[in-house]
Amino acid sequence: MDIMRKLAFEEMRMDIPPFRAGDTVRVHVRIRESADKERIQVFEGVVISRKGSGVSETFIVRKISYGVGVERIFPVHSPIIEKIEIVAEGRHNRSKMYYLRGLRGKAVRQKIRKRT
Amino acid sequence: MAKITGLMGRKIGMTQVFAENGNRVPVTVLEVGPCTVIQKKTEAKEGYNALQLGYNRKPLSRLNMPERGIVEKAGLDHGFRYIREIKVDDTEGFQEGQVLSLKDVELGLLVDIVGTTKGRGFAGTVKRHGFSRGPMGHGSKHHRAVGSAGMSAYPGKVIKGKKMPGRMGGKRHTIKNSLIIDVRPDENLLLVKGAVPGAVNQMVMVHFR
Repeated sequence: MDIMRKLAFEEMRMDIPPFRAGDTVRVHVRIRESADKERIQVFEGVVISRKGSGVSETFIVRKISYGVGVERIFPVHSPIIEKIEIVAEGRHNRSKMYYLRGLRGKAVRQKIRKRT
Repeated sequence: MAKITGLMGRKIGMTQVFAENGNRVPVTVLEVGPCTVIQKKTEAKEGYNALQLGYNRKPLSRLNMPERGIVEKAGLDHGFRYIREIKVDDTEGFQEGQVLSLKDVELGLLVDIVGTTKGRGFAGTVKRHGFSRGPMGHGSKHHRAVGSAGMSAYPGKVIKGKKMPGRMGGKRHTIKNSLIIDVRPDENLLLVKGAVPGAVNQMVMVHFR
């Protein structure tokens, strides 16, 4: 089992900041356009879930793009992620914020704003 | 030294690695070797060239007399849990008692892996042969049963080889052309893409190409 843990650690990234469901993040994704051309695309939205553990852990980011809800699933330790910026900390009252899918506009903003 | 065509090892478990483009690749971690040469079989004496290898040490006190004879002939002070033969072109260059590991192997891209599948006991046709099951509700009483076993008066018998329930698994199974993802000779580790038959810690035979 120790060998398995060691191999998993080698694949894992230690530079990912801690974040939870409810936080708003900017995920910088490396996109390879051709063999020697690479650019970075930013996907900004609310983290609505984190699931799995170890190397296989993934998270879902949801944003509204031109009035359409878009969700993207990223593996936390994926090498295509350049970096993750935390834009705003959210209200951590659920570990899975799937109910945001049913809300739109101001209701979403109210739900992810941190209570002060 | 002739090419080593195979080594014994054990399955350690499965995990995943990332490819450069971000794809996740499922891998099975195998410990391959070290294996000890117990006996050399030669064209002149046995009629074919092969090496008898031992893997996974076992103390002398746990051996029966025939096993003890084999290892004492090779001049070893311990026995083995597993003894297998591999074919080689030439036994010249190998010594009895020599330890072979991944460091001695020229690896290509692919390997063949032989293991024993997990035993599933007496399994029905749905699990064993992938038959479809009947409806579970709406008054149906035909859930996972076999169904028809064949025709009526002609041929008047069940055709030989008809797929039926029975013992499943626990059989030798070969995975051909398993892609090597990573090799770590210092730790005796071999990472191959995809699944490998058998449970964790079970012995597998890896054949190199």
